[in-house]
Amino acid sequence: MFEQGTVLYEIWVSRWALLQGLGVTVLISLLAIVLGTILGVFVGLVLVYGRWVSRFAVRMYVDFVRGTPVFVLVLASYYLLTQIGIQLTAFQAGLFALVVFCSTHVGENLRGALQSLPRGQTEAAKAIGLTFPQIFVYVLAPQALRQALPAWINTATEMVKASTLLSVISVAELLLVTKQIVARTFMTLEFYLLAGLIYFLINYAIERAAKAAERRVALPS
Amino acid sequence: MGYHLNFGAVWRDFDLLLSGLGLGLGLAIVSIFAGCWIGLVAAFAMNSKHAYRRRIASCYVTVFRNLPPLFIIVFAYFVLPRLGLLVGKIETFILTLSIYGGAYLTEVFRGALLALPRGQREAGLAIGLTEWQTKVWIIIPIMIRNAFPALANNFISLFKDTSLAAAIAVPELTFYARKINVETFRVIETWLVASLMYVAACYLIAAGLRFFERRLAIPR
Amino acid sequence: MAQPILRIENLHKKFKEVEVLKGVDLSLETGDVVSIIGSSGSGKTTLLRCVNMLEEFHQGRILIDNEEIGYSGPQHKARKESEIARQRAMTGMVFQQFNLFPHMTALRNVTLGLTKVKKLTVVEANAIAEKWLARVGLSDRSNHYPGQLSGGQQQRVAIARAVAMNPKVMLFDEVTSALDPELVNEVLNVIKDLATEGMTMLLVTHEMKFAFEVSDRVVFMNQGRIEEEGPPEDLFRSPKSQRLAEFLKSSKF
Repeated sequence: MFEQGTVLYEIWVSRWALLQGLGVTVLISLLAIVLGTILGVFVGLVLVYGRWVSRFAVRMYVDFVRGTPVFVLVLASYYLLTQIGIQLTAFQAGLFALVVFCSTHVGENLRGALQSLPRGQTEAAKAIGLTFPQIFVYVLAPQALRQALPAWINTATEMVKASTLLSVISVAELLLVTKQIVARTFMTLEFYLLAGLIYFLINYAIERAAKAAERRVALPS
Repeated sequence: MGYHLNFGAVWRDFDLLLSGLGLGLGLAIVSIFAGCWIGLVAAFAMNSKHAYRRRIASCYVTVFRNLPPLFIIVFAYFVLPRLGLLVGKIETFILTLSIYGGAYLTEVFRGALLALPRGQREAGLAIGLTEWQTKVWIIIPIMIRNAFPALANNFISLFKDTSLAAAIAVPELTFYARKINVETFRVIETWLVASLMYVAACYLIAAGLRFFERRLAIPR
Repeated sequence: MAQPILRIENLHKKFKEVEVLKGVDLSLETGDVVSIIGSSGSGKTTLLRCVNMLEEFHQGRILIDNEEIGYSGPQHKARKESEIARQRAMTGMVFQQFNLFPHMTALRNVTLGLTKVKKLTVVEANAIAEKWLARVGLSDRSNHYPGQLSGGQQQRVAIARAVAMNPKVMLFDEVTSALDPELVNEVLNVIKDLATEGMTMLLVTHEMKFAFEVSDRVVFMNQGRIEEEGPPEDLFRSPKSQRLAEFLKSSKF
């Protein structure tokens, strides 16, 4: 089975490169999601509760980032941040772009979720004498987070997909590694199918985990 | 730091950027058109009483929604020639973007189809139209109107995804921006202009589609 | 004679440039049950919502147990948010749309205020909550979520949530208007019980028969002013003002 020249042999030979590429992909995705969510929560809160000036500035930030293709964000970040002033690595520059991108999605989702809550919730909470921080923590946030969960999972899968963009700026994630292996072995179809399968499985797993999470968090009715 | 903003370098090649933007728009329009056809067929398939049709459509949607678009593009670019399909870069890109977009559009149309009252189809049949006629003259027009906001969003998304064509050297906006950046070293100016062009284009498209949606709306 | 528990003095309120409350005076003694009736736009709901500062007002005073609500001093200076929150705990409000917290059980809906505002321990809060849920007839539903309850049940939980805070005045804002007809009575009966036990209540309602049965006094509002005020027999049987007569006729009382 593992004869030289067969697919399985080549996969076995390249296993470390593939695993490393996969590891980089996972690392990029995780960091982008986590950091992007932290920043995104901040963005969302400012969009809902901030003062006029802050809201305007953040709105401009979100609209500008969302109107720009994420590929352009990655390239711009790469050329800007690795050559001018701060000298980041390609990985860091690419990650920066993804974090910014993720933050705008998370921020918008959170804003939408918070603003969709009926006004009566805040009023009822006020009526029993809760202060605003209490109202946010006990009444608004739990409901908004439940509401925003599906969209957040969607954003997470988008981050996994966006990790492929870093191959263009020479970050050795799965797609670039695949390209390199193909260049060496000429087994185009096989290795691309393998990469596709891996990407599919990652996102599919996230999707299933999301459905399970949604079911667990759902309120009985 | 000594970096002086000089937009002149970018301005000189602005016609290139503009042509790239135009190409991007063209790619998006063709892809959404093709994608809509695919999406409609798949949406009806997912709703059909034949289980095999449902399964095929469902697989299509699941697979292509869970794959990175850049991956699909690179895959098509490198693998299709191996399979004997020798098409140009632009054709390859349109093919992949249509299939990718089609998966998302299937979900949009499926939702619109489910939201359609069943009585519409029955009324159509009752006046003697065939299934096909009912679909074409009654169901699909209503679906498109209902799905319009989601369609508009998808179109803007696809338009932004045309930037990926630059990765296989298709001469659209991002490709030229990169070229200008590498040639002139005007990093901030190039990318600022490119971003603004995309943002402006998306804004104009959104406004235009909103206007179109109002004109298309059924008077109440 | 003791000071009235609730005093509204010369209350004026504007929405943008339109004055919706044009100088309202009203007093309630402890144990009074007062119903406010009137057509939509008369300002009755706005008046109620001013009492617990869900609406602001630019002129006049509201005093609960001699404490000025929402504002202080002759300059009508607004109080701090934290003070207003504390004052809101002196009243209890039941809303037309129930507004139960959907992510909490019925029990937790009631204990939230007890633990976070009144700072009771969980054990104490649960005891009080269960007592009140039993009073409104829902002790077997205390671990259910609002999504699992009918409209009438939800509103009864809402009443328990408000009353458990031991407020000085209870405010009811058209609490049966959003209920299916067959569920209205279960809620009205709970309110009647509370009234007979001496709870001070201010109700905005469309249920004329109910207002007639349960109130010590009825207030008729029209265009931001109180037009008539008095015992239900007087107002309903021999209305003095023309508009009240027309209103009663159109309400088929």
